[in-house]
Amino acid sequence: MPALPASVPLSWYLILSAILFSLGVAGFLFRRNIITVFMSIELMLNAVNLSFVTFSYKLKQVDGHIFSFFVMVVAAAEAAVGLAIILTVFKNRQTLEIDEVSSLKN
Amino acid sequence: MDALLFMIFAAIAVVCGINLVVQTHPISSALSLVGVMGALAALYLLLGGEFIAAAQLVVYAGAIMVLFIFVIMLLNAGTEARGRRSWAHYAGVPLLLLLFGLIACLITRRMPASENVVFGQFTKGGPLDIGRALFTTYLLPFEVTSVLILVAILGAIVLARKEID
Repeated sequence: MPALPASVPLSWYLILSAILFSLGVAGFLFRRNIITVFMSIELMLNAVNLSFVTFSYKLKQVDGHIFSFFVMVVAAAEAAVGLAIILTVFKNRQTLEIDEVSSLKN
Repeated sequence: MDALLFMIFAAIAVVCGINLVVQTHPISSALSLVGVMGALAALYLLLGGEFIAAAQLVVYAGAIMVLFIFVIMLLNAGTEARGRRSWAHYAGVPLLLLLFGLIACLITRRMPASENVVFGQFTKGGPLDIGRALFTTYLLPFEVTSVLILVAILGAIVLARKEID
């Protein structure tokens, strides 16, 4: 086994971001609990934040950090409204399965 | 040392991310997501983003995840029922691997000999520089997000209130 290098290339951070994003898409597609689907969306947002911060390091500018800060703010607002919607759906239908909530289908 | 830290926290992030997708109980998924966010905060520190790392821990792992766990407890969400497998289960995995392969290919093509990340080389991620950029260049978006937060609060209250006659 080769000795571990002192530092890692920048692209490894981007690859990690891609892995986390794909996992978020997987959770979004495969899970049927509405709360878990919502958490997968948060995972995707986090992966994109990692890319922003990595590119900020690459360009030696602070703008990427500002953008990921805005993403965090929007995620907080989205979580508040989304969870309120989930509460309302549960109050009206007594279920958290996304396949059961299909009034708009057909 | 940087590489070792990256390996440790990247492994934590990926393992917790996989755990989020495969666990059937929402609470387990939520705790895995907290793990991912903590590991990402450490990676932000390695990249020189001190403010973002702190905000990640306080806003994401603290506030947003508490909200999630609150709702899971409130709705008494149980284990996900094992139902029929839709076509998404069969078509999804190859398509996902294709997506990941495409992104990875793009990254390695566009940054073939990219520079290494050395801790301490990027020093503009502290609160001073973030604040300066936030209140000068990005003042208008910053103010707009405060209105957005206000709208979100009102929307959440209107959606989740009890009807009073």
